[in-house]
This record gives sequence, structure tokens and C-alpha cells, in this order.
Amino acid sequence: MSYIEFLKEYGPRFWDGTLVTAGQFFLASALAIVIALIAGLMKLSRNGLIRGIAVVYIEIFRGTSLLVQLYWIFFVLPLFGLTLPKFTAGFVAVGMNLGAYGAELVRGGIQSVPKGQWEAAYALSMSPMRRMWRIILPQAFVNMLPPWGNLLIELLKNTALVALISVSDLMFEAKQINGSTFLSAQTFGTALIIYYVFARFIVTPFMRWLELVMRRKLGRA
Amino acid sequence: MMEDLSNYPLELTGDNVPMVRFLKVTKRYGDLVVLDQLDLDVAEGEMVTIIGPSGSGKTTVLRMLMTLETINEGVIYVDGKPLTHMEKNGKLVPADRKYLRKARSQIGMCFQHFNLFPHMTALENCMEGPVQVLGMKKAEARERAEELLELVGMSDKRDQHPSRLSGGQQQRVAIARALAMRPKVMLFDEVTSALDPEVIGEVTNVIRSLVEKHNLTMLMVTHQMGFAKDISDRVCFFFDGKIEEQGAPEDLFGNPQKERTQQFLSAVKEAD
Repeated sequence: MSYIEFLKEYGPRFWDGTLVTAGQFFLASALAIVIALIAGLMKLSRNGLIRGIAVVYIEIFRGTSLLVQLYWIFFVLPLFGLTLPKFTAGFVAVGMNLGAYGAELVRGGIQSVPKGQWEAAYALSMSPMRRMWRIILPQAFVNMLPPWGNLLIELLKNTALVALISVSDLMFEAKQINGSTFLSAQTFGTALIIYYVFARFIVTPFMRWLELVMRRKLGRA
Repeated sequence: MMEDLSNYPLELTGDNVPMVRFLKVTKRYGDLVVLDQLDLDVAEGEMVTIIGPSGSGKTTVLRMLMTLETINEGVIYVDGKPLTHMEKNGKLVPADRKYLRKARSQIGMCFQHFNLFPHMTALENCMEGPVQVLGMKKAEARERAEELLELVGMSDKRDQHPSRLSGGQQQRVAIARALAMRPKVMLFDEVTSALDPEVIGEVTNVIRSLVEKHNLTMLMVTHQMGFAKDISDRVCFFFDGKIEEQGAPEDLFGNPQKERTQQFLSAVKEAD
């Protein structure tokens, strides 16, 4: 079977898998961003308890294997009465894991905003909430964008693990196709290229564009 | 140990209540005493300039008044009411955050490095406080911001971001931003120190026009002795956390009494 014929035959299944992977990617990214923002802000809190909760969260999700976390969420949580559909369990695990890494980026980004900005907002009598939301975060966001680009590519690649709880993503489809055709090179080669194209020609350019837009808003570009 | 504040009045009453009063204010960083039992009054509409060698505590005076720094002892009053403290059951206690936020809204500050918000245009910088803090309607805040940018001569640059403005222009916008909050007291902390020599004049001219046309109470820390001499009602020479000498500019610059003042002024003159 030529590679063209192979693609004709299995292309649609690769496409279906890619759509599921895209869904996992977007939902996990959204979750990771929300978690990172919350945990990152909590880590900067004056309140020791709030800070402690964030530290524990980050330590657990950064310090243990994503695969084990995925299995916990999918296989162990039901024992405590919380059963998640496998698609949900997949992006929740990936999002929670990468959110822990993102929390450090948020914290670092916020701390990279010059002290003078905090003082200027303070001198205008802004409340801490408004100061964070209106003055600090928009600037922190720009500083954070390059490392977030890396993190999101990492996240995309990590979504392949959800195949192990039978979410029919790109990796899952590839394994199935390989199981029935034994054309390993073509199958995993195709999967490899799709992941690469996704990361290199969708995620990266999007982040670059976002960076440019934000820099322009800051008048830096 | 809680400081005994019973000797400090809950508020200042009577005639001639100063706009700002530092009453026995002490500031320490660890063992280092930055300001030692400082007493300083500034009358309404008065322009007081603080000069002195670096490390003499002069910037700290402004930062304490902005409540950017806490104080270790003493009480600061603004317009007769305590700024750093609040009344609780008939006694003065250190102000909580909410009280501070309200109290410090009477005070505006301009910084050495301008600290404009880089993600906002000049106009938006000036509208931010009135809209977000004072709860003003956008149209009204815009009108006020435009008036103030006109006052500082920055109307034509109102839609520019700070990164497109020179240092002098940024500082003028920063002055407009602080004025937009209608403060009773304005603080200028070395506002020309980070500027290129050729643009210092545009900032000092703005401050000069404020002194001449507006009845604002102002405190200024500066290294520009000529400017201080020109526009101040009073000059305070700080040394080692204390006011070593103070007086009308022509007296302090023309006929300084204390040896340290003489030394400082002649050293500054040589550097010019």
C-alpha cells in the first residue's frame, strides 16, 4: 500500500482524532490558564493559608506524573463518588497539571511588573483588586506570553496521554490503525507530523500574533 | 509594643490648622533611624521644598505622606484629620487599609520615573483614577483629563502611549494624572532627576504655573537649587533625618546659618 493509498484509507480517522485532540487542547488550555491565574495570584497572597493551598496544589501537580494524575482522575475518583466521562477526565487532568506550571509563570509575570507601577496605582488610591486587574495583570500578561507559548506546546503534546484512558484522540486513532495495519512507520509518522504542524503552524503563530497585538497595545511595537 | 498615642490630638482644631502636619514622626529601617521625631507643618497653599544630601530622609518624608511607607512613631495629619491613624473608641489607632485608601486620596504624587501606565494612552492615564476610584462618568472624566492635559501642554499627544513620549512629556502627563484626582496636597519626588537637561524646563514650567495660578499645597524634593529658590515659599534642609535648617528661600540660600547647610550648598554649587 502506497502512502497515498494509506492516507486515503485512514485519513478520515486521523482527521477525527485530530479534532478530538484539538478539543482536548483548547479545553485543557482554558482550564490551565484559569487555574494558573488563580493559583499564581494565591501564591502572592499575604495570607499564609491561601498561599499554602496554592503551594500544595502546585507541588502535587508538578511533582507527580501526569499519567498517574490522569489515572487518578479517571479510575480513582469514581471510588469517591466522582465519575467523569473520559473526555472530561482527559482535559481536566492535562489542564490541572499544566495549570500548576502556569501558576509559576503568572507569579513571575506579576512580579516582573516594576514596583513603580504598583506605587503609581497605590497613589491613585486604587483598591488592591482594581490595581491588580487594571494595572498589573495587563502588563504581566505581556511579559508572560513567550513562556506561555512554550507551555501550551508542552500541553498539546501531553494531551497524547489521554489515549491511555481511551479518549479517541489522534494518538488513540493512530494506535488503533497501527493495530489493524501494522504499518507503524506510516501511522506514527503521520501522527508525528500532525502534532508538529499543530504546534508549529497553529499554536506558535497564534502566540506570536497575540504577543504582537499586546505589545502594540503597550505601544512597544 | 503598642505606641502610646494618647498625647496626640484626634484632630487639629482652631485657627490656622495646617494642611499637613508631621507630629514627632519617626521612621526606622531596623536599627537605622531615617527620620527622627520630625515636626513639620505645611500651610494651605504653601510650596515647601525639601533639599539635602542623599540618605537624609527627604524622599521618605514624601513617601510617608503618600502612605507608601509606614511610620514607626508619631502621627501625620492632613487637613486637620489624622492620615496615618484613625479614631477608634475615642483613641488613635493605626489606620486600616480602607481608611488609608480614603485618606490618601487627598494626596497626589509624581515620581522620579513618572510611572505612567504603559498600556494606556496619555488621556486614559488621566482618566483611570477618576473613573476607577472616584466613580466618575467616562465623559466627565474625559473632559477633566483633557482640561488637565491642556494645562500641562500635552493636548496634542493625548492619544499617545507613554513609550511614544519623551521623559519631559511623560512627566507632564504624570502631573496631569495626579491632578485629575483633585488632591489637596501634591508631592513632587525628584521629578526632574531622570530627565535630560533640555527638557527639565518644560516640567518646571508646569510646576511653576501651578504655584502661580492654583492654591495647591505642595511638597517637593529636588536637586535643582535654582528652581527651588525661585518658586518655594519655604525651603527645608534635611540632614541625618532631621530638619537642620529651614526658612524662606532667599534666607536659606542667601544666608545659611548652619555649617552643614553652608557645606551642602557650596558642594552643590561646585557640582553645577
